[in-house]
Amino acid sequence: MPKQHVSISVTELKKSYKNKEVLKNVSFSVPGGTIYALLGTNGAGKTTIVKILSTLLKPDGGSASIHGFDVVSQEREVRKLISLTGQFTAVDDVLTGRENLHLIGQLIRLPDVKRKTGEWLSFFDLEDAADRKVSTYSGGMRRRLDIAMSLMVHPQVLFLDEPTTGLDPQNRIAMWDFVKNLAKNGTTVFLTTQYLEEAESLADNVGILHKGEILAEGTPQYLKEILPKRGARLHFQNEENAAKAMELLSEHGILVDGMEPNLPSLEDVFLTLIDGNEEDNRHV
Amino acid sequence: MYERKTNIIFDSWVMFKRCLFISLRNPEALLVATIVPFLLMFLFGTVFGNIANVGDMNYIDFIVPGIILQSLGQSSQYSAMNMTTDMTKGILDRFRTLSISKTAVLIGHTGAGVVRNSISTLIIIGTAFLLGFRPQGNFRDWLLVIGLLTIVNIAISLLAVMCGLLSKTVEGSSGLMLPLFILPFVSSGFVPVDSMDRGLKLFAEIQPMTPIIDSFRALTLGLPFGDSLWTALIWCVGIIIAAFTLSIQIYQRRIS
Repeated sequence: MPKQHVSISVTELKKSYKNKEVLKNVSFSVPGGTIYALLGTNGAGKTTIVKILSTLLKPDGGSASIHGFDVVSQEREVRKLISLTGQFTAVDDVLTGRENLHLIGQLIRLPDVKRKTGEWLSFFDLEDAADRKVSTYSGGMRRRLDIAMSLMVHPQVLFLDEPTTGLDPQNRIAMWDFVKNLAKNGTTVFLTTQYLEEAESLADNVGILHKGEILAEGTPQYLKEILPKRGARLHFQNEENAAKAMELLSEHGILVDGMEPNLPSLEDVFLTLIDGNEEDNRHV
Repeated sequence: MYERKTNIIFDSWVMFKRCLFISLRNPEALLVATIVPFLLMFLFGTVFGNIANVGDMNYIDFIVPGIILQSLGQSSQYSAMNMTTDMTKGILDRFRTLSISKTAVLIGHTGAGVVRNSISTLIIIGTAFLLGFRPQGNFRDWLLVIGLLTIVNIAISLLAVMCGLLSKTVEGSSGLMLPLFILPFVSSGFVPVDSMDRGLKLFAEIQPMTPIIDSFRALTLGLPFGDSLWTALIWCVGIIIAAFTLSIQIYQRRIS
């Protein structure tokens, strides 16, 4: 990827709520047009970081900037660049999907709001539900609407706070594809997640946040390499081949610790079955 | 400077439309804003009308302003609840990252409250007419009545928004509105102040509901109103300024 300017830069960020130190000393930077995943358990401080970066919360110490604009002293400039999809879906339940999008379009003074609203509805497969109250939507639909509202402002930097929490596996994978596409088109995506496989399959860079500190940071590959060696695994087409290989290996004096047949994960089973049966193919 | 000013107006207008939708789509709120005022007017007009003694006045004529203020307080609790809902859900974060004017959300909820309450008021006056309300005010009096009711309405809606901002839970916000339901009963709204105990009478005379009710009555029935109209206006303007300033401060504190 050619765009290597720094999109998000965080230096020695500190934040406490009353006596509780939530962020101790957090520093990282995110190159433009890449996906950064902040991985951590509940209470690690992920949402606090997102809130500070999206100008909703003031840090106690350190600094953070988006495209060079300080999130505290230049919040107006920052807000023009960013969009946030928080953990709690920021949609109006009693309004319809169309009205929700229309509201945001009006607030940002988008020209031709009606047409743009229609485009986003169809992009996120919400056309059929467009004129229904959001309170009747499923979790996945609400999330899609929420993200559509975030994207309406054409952000350079998109913050997604646990974007796939509460989504079924199918919608989750659709969300991943969608996020990858966004980054491909130049948007910097900063997301938080509790799921290892999400960070692994999505992110260019991962930061592991624990109790307010970044424990490790780097590409998923790098993070795996820094762990001590844990042995190697051979894969074979079938069990026969594996048995043969074991014989050959023991002839040459290499000890095989054990053999186990390769079972598909439950997720593979689920997705294969669903995909065969699914008529309405949803993408995010 | 000029640009920022137009932003506030535009943002508030968009927010007002949003809040109006929210308010008018809540079946419970709509019921409280329409059926309840009708029932209140109807019950007081028919059941109590026969036993109440308000001198040589017709009880229907006497009671209209009291019922109006009573139901303004009741239907305004939905403004408070809607405000708390916004404060506790994610939508406010979205508005904030969009850099919209800070006061737009407050003005939107206040405006929507004023519209909903005006519907209640019209229903009450309509019902009163059916039950025999016969106002004698001329055109100028009615203009003053409309002006007075609008200012009262803004003041009460702003108080509701403030209660909504103060409360941490949606249920709590309507609880904070309780004084507004009670004040009309301890005023000249339902019985003449002169018929009250001394302590009660003193309270009724100094609280804002009494001058508002007296002014309405004087304007619609062609009675002398003395200082009551001015007192009512001063109360309302004072409440509007205080509630608005406080609301902005509470809002700022809660979002930072």
